[in-house]
Amino acid sequence: MQWETVIGLEVHLQLATRSKIFSGSATTFGAEPNTQASAVDLAMPGMLPVLNAKAVRYAVMFGLGIGADIGRRSVFDRKNYFYPDLPKGYQISQFEAPIVGRGNFEIQLDDGSTRSIGITRAHLEEDAGKSLHEDFHGQTGIDLNRAGTPLLEIVSEPDLRNAAEAVAYLKALHSLVTYLGISDGNMAEGSMRCDINISLRPVGSDTLGTRAEIKNVNSFRFVEKAIRHEFERQVEILEDGGRIVQETRLYDADLDETRPMRSKEVANDYRYFPEPDLLPVVIDEAYIESVRAELPELPVQKRHRFVDQYGLSGYDANVLADSRELADYFEAVVAACGDAKIAANWVQVELLGQLNRGELALGDCPVSATALGGLIGRILDNSISGKIAKQVFEAMWQGEGRADEIIEARGLKQVSDSGELEAMVEQVIAASPGQVEQYLAADEDRRKKLVGFFVGQVMKLSKGQANPQMVNELLAKKLV
Amino acid sequence: MHDKSVAQLIAGLHARQFSSVELSRCFLDRIGRLDGAINSFITVDESAVLAAAGAADQRIAAGGAAPLTGIPIAHKDIFCTDGMRTSCGSRMLDNFVPPYDATLIGKFRREGAIILGKTNMDEFAMGSSNESSYYGPVSNPWDKRLVPGGSSGGSAAAVAAMLAPAATGTDTGGSIRQPAAFCGITGIKPTYGRVSRLGMVAFASSLDQAGPMARSAEDCALLLNCMAGHDPLDSTSSELPAEDYCARLDNSLEGLRIGLPREYFGEGLAADTARHIDSALRELEAQGATLVEVSLPHSHLTIPAYYVIAPAEASTNLSRFDGVRYGHRCKDPVDLHDLYTRTREEGFGAEVKRRILVGTYALSAGYYDAYYKKAQQVRRLIKQDFTDCFEQVDIIAGPTTPGPAFALGAKSDDPVAMYLEDIYTLAVNLAGLPGMSIPAGFVDGKPLGLQLIGRHFDEARLLNVAHRFQQATDWHLQRPPDPAGEES
Repeated sequence: MQWETVIGLEVHLQLATRSKIFSGSATTFGAEPNTQASAVDLAMPGMLPVLNAKAVRYAVMFGLGIGADIGRRSVFDRKNYFYPDLPKGYQISQFEAPIVGRGNFEIQLDDGSTRSIGITRAHLEEDAGKSLHEDFHGQTGIDLNRAGTPLLEIVSEPDLRNAAEAVAYLKALHSLVTYLGISDGNMAEGSMRCDINISLRPVGSDTLGTRAEIKNVNSFRFVEKAIRHEFERQVEILEDGGRIVQETRLYDADLDETRPMRSKEVANDYRYFPEPDLLPVVIDEAYIESVRAELPELPVQKRHRFVDQYGLSGYDANVLADSRELADYFEAVVAACGDAKIAANWVQVELLGQLNRGELALGDCPVSATALGGLIGRILDNSISGKIAKQVFEAMWQGEGRADEIIEARGLKQVSDSGELEAMVEQVIAASPGQVEQYLAADEDRRKKLVGFFVGQVMKLSKGQANPQMVNELLAKKLV
Repeated sequence: MHDKSVAQLIAGLHARQFSSVELSRCFLDRIGRLDGAINSFITVDESAVLAAAGAADQRIAAGGAAPLTGIPIAHKDIFCTDGMRTSCGSRMLDNFVPPYDATLIGKFRREGAIILGKTNMDEFAMGSSNESSYYGPVSNPWDKRLVPGGSSGGSAAAVAAMLAPAATGTDTGGSIRQPAAFCGITGIKPTYGRVSRLGMVAFASSLDQAGPMARSAEDCALLLNCMAGHDPLDSTSSELPAEDYCARLDNSLEGLRIGLPREYFGEGLAADTARHIDSALRELEAQGATLVEVSLPHSHLTIPAYYVIAPAEASTNLSRFDGVRYGHRCKDPVDLHDLYTRTREEGFGAEVKRRILVGTYALSAGYYDAYYKKAQQVRRLIKQDFTDCFEQVDIIAGPTTPGPAFALGAKSDDPVAMYLEDIYTLAVNLAGLPGMSIPAGFVDGKPLGLQLIGRHFDEARLLNVAHRFQQATDWHLQRPPDPAGEES
């Protein structure tokens, strides 16, 4: 039987507020355990939550970013369960009335096609602390630095059909939230964690199969692997005539497998009810408009503009619009050199190539956008060839200076002096009588191929600095 | 000094008739001599009291005194006090010393008032007789065989026995008004949100409210002036500015319309209690008020609604007491489950456990709609009843309790009988209204309370009515026999 995978994702996004969602403690990652935990975070007796206005604003920004309905009156609820890293014995979350309602989200697949993915809802909640099971001689340590960190839980519709789509969705989400500046999107530090709901059904069926939920997958690569594994596991069960049990599973990256969580960890009646310590969050039109006015251009809009304004392909536009920094860099290169297509090519191939090789972020890039634009300008005004430009770029990357300085210092400027070039052309012709004879005997089509030999020889002689266009013109004149 | 009102003590301090140190010593001495028989205090830190009193005397001498500077005030042991044990009447917090002050405590400190001590209370404020305290029951100063009421029983008894000029309490379903009535003192539960809840150990978050307990309406007004106001750290505290609660105390009652809910005067009210309430109302009428019969048709649903909502909130508010970070922890837990179960088994008393179980049940999957949601709907109806009444009248009046204080042990094995004690007070909390109790007579030497209920944020009017009543009556000036006399 042919099986179709149905995937819905729940993403826990850490919001980049400076303080926690219900207390004034800092949210900096990696601090000494329990140094960023106040009396509120520790759930000391009598302590009360106060909602961080910035977290609300960020959630509304996200909602507007996906064109969702904003909850005009959203309500916080208590989700009750006991765990040592959950100090209050309940998590403050949103259950019945989330701040962000139904929205839609365009993702771009590797083949350049796009799909619209439904977002069911997104709600604000607080993160729990961490239980540390090592280094305590069989006991458990509790670090409450993370307790109370604001999270936006983003729930998708079961609209995704394979691992590649799931990853594309996550990448698009990552791109959106970093554009909005509402999260640092740092997956290694847990800023974006993912629960995967996955079920199978026979191709052509429109009823949903029984799903398994895979908890806490925290990298694009693991999402892909976890989905592939879970698909295989479920196919095997179904094809043996078995039934999928609705359960929560854990992806173990070390063993590269999913396995059921202990039943104790999932058998919970959370006893949700409205949090009496907080008032409902009432959001009016004026507030929404003030947030909307501050929204930056979003990845989808930018992608479309790059296609329209610069004539880029969908694929190129997608790569360049992936992050706001890269898009800004690209546009600065265009501004400096005036040619979007060459700029797009250089940014994607040379710049991203260098960054990847050096495992650098764009922020660490040693070549500024104006410097790269200057280099491209030298190609455009025929001062250097594209090939020489790569050498110059390499030197710029090593910090040897700006393009013009390097071209000057290394004497790389293209030879466009017709006298000098003419001498070189004559020298090559004189040294290659056999090839000249062949060329002269050939027809028009074949000549076009054979002329390459002479161009190559001239370039060699000029150490690559001869202006190729002029060399071609001179050869056409001399080879008669 | 010990029998003077707060207003008189303020005048005495400022006239240099006595110092705050002398005043504080007087009460410390009384507590030392007399509280053994009453058990109204859990913690008293003499050296801290005297240090604060010394500082207050300097402040008065320097001319920078605030109204309550130098006045010793007892606080219910539910308010966190920086560096001083805050037990909430529970073994769970027997060892708990907060590193912070409740907002209310901080306000009293800044005003220069002296924290005289922490008073006994029903465990986690759950009770109507002060018998559920880990620190033992409190006796009613009028008759040691009687309960003082609860849950602010220690505060009420301390004020009645003149071990403190005034005290603070909290009221979730009557916990200020009922003990005030039983002990013959004056207490007001302000509008929900009028006094900050920050640093007050939570029982039922949507119902809890702190208020003053004293020997007169005027004294309550003096304390409320210090306590009331917005707290940005309590999201449910009102942004409405607090007013000067002393300013309108003497206003005439001419034209005041007083609503008498027929449901508060029917079956269940003891006849002699009814008689005293009636004559108290005649006094108000004599001062120009009009008595109007009104109805609160959903009164019969008050107890069931309250005993779903309050335990539901309490069941999760008390989840934080898990032995992990502070408070009681069982010895040598073998695993997490053992840590939780033994810690909570040992740390909580029977009434607290009962309410956690009831509340957990009411919020459980499959029962939520039938209990919690239904109770919230009833709560809206009850609130609406009051809104409707307040279109016809300015305040509502009736008995605070169905009868006077009952004997220690009389109801401690019968939770439902105990819950019925709060029949007239619970609705006020469900509706978030201000309510107060003032002494209105005696039955067989046992004090009775008249309850006054106002519109939201109309505390000043309640205090005005109570003050005018107290200008014309002397019920609030009656004093219980001095415990010392009985002992000797």
